[in-house]
This record gives sequence, C-alpha cells and structure tokens, in this order.
Amino acid sequence: MSEWWTYRLSDFLLFAPRTYYRLFELYNADIWPAQIAALALGVAIVVLLYRGGAGASRGIAAILAAGWLWVAWAFHLERYATINWAAVYFAAGFAVQALLLVWTGVLRGGLRFQAPSGIPGRIGLGVFLFALVMQPLIGPLLGRAWTHAELFGLAPDPTAVATLGALLLANRTRWLLLAIPLLWCAISGATLWTMGAPDWFVSPVLAAAPIGVALWKRS
Amino acid sequence: MAEEAQQMPRSSYLPRRVAMRGLAAAGAAAMLRPVGAIARPGTIITRPIPSSGEALPVIGLGTWITFNVGEDPAARDACAEVMRHFFDAGGRAIDSSPMYASSQPVIGHGLRKLGRTKEVFSADKVWIRGGSRGPAQIEQSRQYWGVPRFDLMQVHNLVSWEEHLPALLAMKAAGQLRYVGITTSEGRRHREIEQIMRDHPIDFVQVTYNVLDREVEARILPLAQERGIGVIVNRPFRQGVLIRRIERQRLPDWAAEFEAANWAQFLLKFIVSHPAVTCAIPATSRVEHVRENMGAARGRLPDAAMRRRMVAHVEAL
Repeated sequence: MSEWWTYRLSDFLLFAPRTYYRLFELYNADIWPAQIAALALGVAIVVLLYRGGAGASRGIAAILAAGWLWVAWAFHLERYATINWAAVYFAAGFAVQALLLVWTGVLRGGLRFQAPSGIPGRIGLGVFLFALVMQPLIGPLLGRAWTHAELFGLAPDPTAVATLGALLLANRTRWLLLAIPLLWCAISGATLWTMGAPDWFVSPVLAAAPIGVALWKRS
Repeated sequence: MAEEAQQMPRSSYLPRRVAMRGLAAAGAAAMLRPVGAIARPGTIITRPIPSSGEALPVIGLGTWITFNVGEDPAARDACAEVMRHFFDAGGRAIDSSPMYASSQPVIGHGLRKLGRTKEVFSADKVWIRGGSRGPAQIEQSRQYWGVPRFDLMQVHNLVSWEEHLPALLAMKAAGQLRYVGITTSEGRRHREIEQIMRDHPIDFVQVTYNVLDREVEARILPLAQERGIGVIVNRPFRQGVLIRRIERQRLPDWAAEFEAANWAQFLLKFIVSHPAVTCAIPATSRVEHVRENMGAARGRLPDAAMRRRMVAHVEAL
C-alpha cells in the first residue's frame, strides 16, 4: 500500500454500524438456542475451575477451544466475511488459537487452572465473569436491541476477553496463548472506535488488565 | 422521470477527436456563462463521455459502505429501493469495486429485482495484485452484477496498474468492455495519475473532488479536458463528514439562483458544474437522500463566479 501514512482507520471500515449490529441480530436468530448452551458452557468452566484437577483443566481448555473454533467458523467465516473480506484472516487466527488451546491445554495438559487464591487469580476470575455475564449486557444498556447481544463462545469479543481472564487462572503464564486474544481485542476496539461506538474501549481495557497482571506475575 | 431515463441515448458514439473538440467548446462556453444555460429545463443534465460522446447523467450512485449489507434480505431490498429511485430519477451510472465486500452482489440483486440490467451504466474496478489474476476477478464481478459486460472497468487505486491497464485496454479492443479508467481517492498518487493520463489512452479518471478538497482543479481536471478523458468524482461529501458539518447551517438564499434546494444539491452542483467533470457518485443507502442527490442533476448549475462564492461560503462555515 503506497502512501500508507495518508490512510485513516476509517478508510478500512467497509460497513455501516447498523450493518455490523444487524449481523449479530441475524446471527443470534440463526443459531438460537445455542445461546443457552454457550452460557451453560461458561458456567461449566467456573464449576470445573473450583473442582480442580488435571481433568477439569483439560475440560476448561477444551471448552475455550470449542468457543474459538465455533466463532472462527460460524461468525467470522459464515457471517462477518460477507461484509468484511478481512474476516477470513480473523477466522484463521481464531482457528489457530483453538488449536493452540487444544495442543497446550488438552493434549499436553500444560494448563493447570486453579480457583483464585491471590490477586492475579481474582482479577482473572473477575474478567472471565464480566465477559460471561456483563459484556452481553453492554449493548442493550447503551440502547441497542437485546437481539444484538454478543455472548461468550459465540461472539469474538467476549470469547477473547473470557479466554484472557481464564488464562490468568492458570498455574503459569502462557504468552503464546495470550497473543491472539490480545490482538483481537485491539482490532475490535479499533473497529468500534472507527464506527463511533461508545463502548469501543471495553475489550481493549479488559484485555489490558490480564496482560498487566501477567507481566506483574512474571516480575 | 423513468421515461426520460429510457429515452436517453445509451450509445451515441462520436469519433474521439470530434468529441474532444465538442467538449473543448462546451468547456470554453462553460467558463463564460452559467453551465446551467446548456441544460434544458426539466430534463436531467448529462455530460458527454469525451472519448465517445455518449451522454451520461451528471449524478451517479456510489456503493462504498452503503451497499455492503451482506446477506441481510431486508437491507438488500432497501438498497434495491434506493436503486429504483435512482433509475426513476434518470440515473444510470453505478460504481463499485471488489474491495467493497458484498456491494457487488447487492447491486446484482437490485438490478435483477428491478429488471434494470440493460439500463445501468456499470462501472466497476479491478482490485487485485498481479495482472494474471485480474480477468478472473473481473469475471467474478460481472457475475455478481449479472450484466453481459461492464461499461467501465477501472484500476482501483492504481493497484498493479502496469499489468492491469494493458489487459483492460485489450479487453476494450475485443469488445469485452466499453471504457477503461483508473481511480484514486483523497489526493493520493496524483503525479502517477497525471503520468498515466498523459501516456495511456484511458477513457476515465476517478478522483476525489468537493467544495473543500479542490487539489484536482490545478492539474488533473485541466489535463482531463486537454486529453479528452472523462472525470468521475468520488467522496463528494467527504464520506458524509462534510454534509454533517454544514447541514445545521441555513442554506444561503442565493442557492436558489442555481436551484439548489438543500445542502446535498449545493455540494453536488458545485462539483458537476466544473466543465471537466463527467459525473459525481454520491453513495447512500436512503431513498430520501438519493432523491435529494438526483435533484442536483436538474435545473441550473452555478457559473464560475458563483462557484467562487460557494467555496468562500463553505470555507467560512
């Protein structure tokens, strides 16, 4: 791209805000009642977290991986790609994240999730629960329809944020697993900011908390 | 209005030199008297495509963002409704690009639904790196539109233009396209644009031009007149920013002198009153806006003195 410095973020926004939110509305209608299953799986992660053990950790990693894979296919490839050609690359990124979670957390058992005991864990659980319960409510609280709600395991933002929160609950920081969720939160924040959405900062801020804690844990 | 559109000559070819002489004369006349003096009352204002003499209405329809509505059936039908009002008001030229995601299939949906495939002046772009991939992309675009061939194919933002342009000119020679062009936006790569305009037999150049972004007045628009190249104008409202900025202000009374009833017509009449401009392509997804926009293709147009007044007025807002 020549003269790249002359481009603004708005030059890369291919759709109108109403088209973007309508995408979620049609998506939610198409996949109903998958929303109930997604919420149940989110609750299952919390249950497994408090149960503890190697099997429970593998289960958490498997649920997270399933969410990333579902979003890659059902949202990015099947829906978002109809209004944004870059969604094909987003789908690839989400699929890679799913494979990383399967490889690290399920096959190798390299993630040991623990119920929170210190500050990093409590922040992680807080971020996870926010993504599961509060993030879907932000749109309706801002005046958007309930049918536009974005849910963990089904929509990219709460899936990325919940994963970052869950990874803070693991016994050690896996930087490789943080990269794609962080990148997505940055992309999503930039997209919403360009659209003039008042809640553009939510995912980037929620992503910043886990990365700050991860750096703190490392030091 | 629909009848007027159907009566407009679709192909009244003139030899390029004759057409250029005619355009030069029209341009000179335009500098001396109100451009509106050459528009008959009640008829849609057209400009001849310099390389052929074919008349094209001065207001077209852009599809950037506005027609990218994906698979949403209600939104697709709303876009078709915009197209219906556009055609009914005498419009012909619709512009799109593979870059605009679902805009091309949405145009095709509208054309099929309205049965206006033969009426449209189809302007699309090739937007892919590598000349060898151009023909496949153009064919895919043609299938999306559902037209037998494109009227105009442009190299989008000069992407791989060295490879695409000879291929497009060959397609034109083979009768697979009617016109060939290049595009840019917001002042990018103007030196290269000028060089291509000098060195290659293109029919159209697409640039950004509006009452505040007038860089093209200095060199590109005069060069287009000199070389007999049609000019399509994008971003007439700065993607809506310009019109949102001024629409709360009162339209000056003197806008009635060139029959602008609203700010959209004020801004569009400024653009299409430049004698080098063939048409402007405002994008919208709303019927009331397309009706306002098409109103700019009727009535009088501002003369040179009035255009200076328009610039001063908007710059002062």
